Amino acid sequence: MALDPNIPAVELKNLRHQWPGQSFCLEIPLLKLAVGQHLFIRGASGSGKTTLLNLLCGVLNIQQGEIRLSTHLLQPNSAAQRDRLRARHIGVVFQQLNLIPYLSVMDNVLLGQAFSGQPADQQRAAMLLSALQLADSLWQVPAAQLSVGQQQRVAIARALLGKPTLLIADEPTSALDADNRDAFMRVLLQEADAAGSTVVFVSHDQTLAGYFRYQLDMARLQDGVTAVAAEVTCY
Amino acid sequence: MLLKLARQSLWSRRGTAWLTLCSLIISLSLLLGIDHLRLEAKRSFTSTVAGTDLIVGARSGQLNLLLYTVFRIGNATNNISYAHYQQISQHPQVAWAIPLALGDSHRGFRVLGTNNDYFRYFRYGEQRQLSLAQGREFSAVYETVLGADVAKKLGYELGQQIILSHGVGKVSFSQHKEHPFTVVGILAPTGTPVDQSVHVSLIGIEAIHQGWQNGAPAMRKAKTTLSDAELAALQPTVITGALLGLKSKVATFAVQRQINEFKAEPLTAILPGAALAELWQMLVLVENLLLVITALVLLAALIGLTTTLLAAQRERARELAILRAIGARPWQLFLLIQLEVLILTVCSIAGAFLLLTGSLAALQPWLSSQYGLVISLFAWHPHTAAGLGIVIALALVLGAVPAIQAYRQSLNQGLQVRL
Repeated sequence: MALDPNIPAVELKNLRHQWPGQSFCLEIPLLKLAVGQHLFIRGASGSGKTTLLNLLCGVLNIQQGEIRLSTHLLQPNSAAQRDRLRARHIGVVFQQLNLIPYLSVMDNVLLGQAFSGQPADQQRAAMLLSALQLADSLWQVPAAQLSVGQQQRVAIARALLGKPTLLIADEPTSALDADNRDAFMRVLLQEADAAGSTVVFVSHDQTLAGYFRYQLDMARLQDGVTAVAAEVTCY
Repeated sequence: MLLKLARQSLWSRRGTAWLTLCSLIISLSLLLGIDHLRLEAKRSFTSTVAGTDLIVGARSGQLNLLLYTVFRIGNATNNISYAHYQQISQHPQVAWAIPLALGDSHRGFRVLGTNNDYFRYFRYGEQRQLSLAQGREFSAVYETVLGADVAKKLGYELGQQIILSHGVGKVSFSQHKEHPFTVVGILAPTGTPVDQSVHVSLIGIEAIHQGWQNGAPAMRKAKTTLSDAELAALQPTVITGALLGLKSKVATFAVQRQINEFKAEPLTAILPGAALAELWQMLVLVENLLLVITALVLLAALIGLTTTLLAAQRERARELAILRAIGARPWQLFLLIQLEVLILTVCSIAGAFLLLTGSLAALQPWLSSQYGLVISLFAWHPHTAAGLGIVIALALVLGAVPAIQAYRQSLNQGLQVRL
């Protein structure tokens, strides 16, 4: 998908979200990421990063503000539209257990396209799996038989298969040891670049921040119980 | 894709899925089987008496009379005199009459003494006449025509000689050894108790009981073999019952009353349809009770299915979150769970039919020899489709519980799953 470099891949404006019964309020006046720019979000649990991710994925309904993915309005929008946009334009990699354990590696990679109604691109799936150093002898094996490191790489392949505008990675390295983690970070960013995807990477592990030029510290969004505005413009 | 997911997901939990499937198969085949047996028994019984207007026997209850004359179940309370039978058969309203003399057997099969009118007038099913598959009707005293099952099970062929036993038990100590009968005909299968009968002439019955007193051989060895002249002079004296066909159905009740009021001998005449209705009436409570119990067993199995799915829901939370993250809509997750319910239910219906057909095939020889019931192997009736539709609908309604839970979970939980 050819993206206009002048249109930000992700644009968040005047976001404000408050959970009922809680004083904490998430506020982000502006957050823009150009195509191919990767953002590292650091924050302890309870800092609102989960809420931010759910909003970015379009799973959670926005209360105030808007979120755009390239030319598409993600929020506010109908649940059906958000689900459709997520299927087409967003890839997600979780902490661990990213795969449907009983489906084969290949089926797991192709699953997203099945739900977004696109034809299964086996060629690209094979290309991605090879690039992620997953031998083709593993492709028809049930995902549950793979090591955690291998599973995380399969998750990258699935997330990047449709060349998404945005790749969201939620603590994807927390289950990996140091060697695996570095290898994982390298292939993740390398393949995201190859796919032209913008990465939003969430972790509480400060050591990973070195991989990213742009960073956002959730703690800076907070000031005690009252949230303060913090402008993050990554242009 | 959803179908593949549902299938593979079930396969991945095949341990519990199998058990659920088994309980569903067992309860469904119980339900289908009881319904089938009930209807087939009725069909079989009704078809057996289809052509008969009145059944006549010694004074007794109508069910008893019906059961022993037509279905060869139980025993006659008393005999009736052949002379009186002849009197009744002369009645202006009587179109045909078939005398029946029961009480002997051959290796567990009942022997029926009758005359050639039996082959001419007996009707079963949709007014079908008996037909001979091989040979001819009996004409001499020591000749017999076998029902289809008798010939098949005992491997008898035309020309073979058989010995009849006194009484109707499988093992009899008093046999009519001096009077071997020759097989001259084998009837085509009818699916009625006729298939389980050995037919001989009334004279034949009379001949083998010569010299007997009170149902036992005379103490002093009487002359039991008869000369040709004696055989020719032999006349039937008693029979157990008779089937009557009337010229006009309108006269049925009048003739019935006349027979019931017969002065010379206490007789009973019954309408087979009415007697069968009484039989069903007696059985309807048992029938309904059985159906209710099996329906409850099925319900329990379906609830078991829901429980299994609900229990799996917990471990599947992650799976649902993944599907949601890659763009699955909440209703697709609902559909996924319901598809699993549907797959299990449809598989169990198929399994139940297989099990039922298998067990019917295994039971059929016993049912047909023991009760004269010929059950079709294929348990399908006009209302079966509707019944199975209700079962599937019920499964989906119960399956909606875990499915709705999956739907709501996917809406509320977002992409995060607490481990």
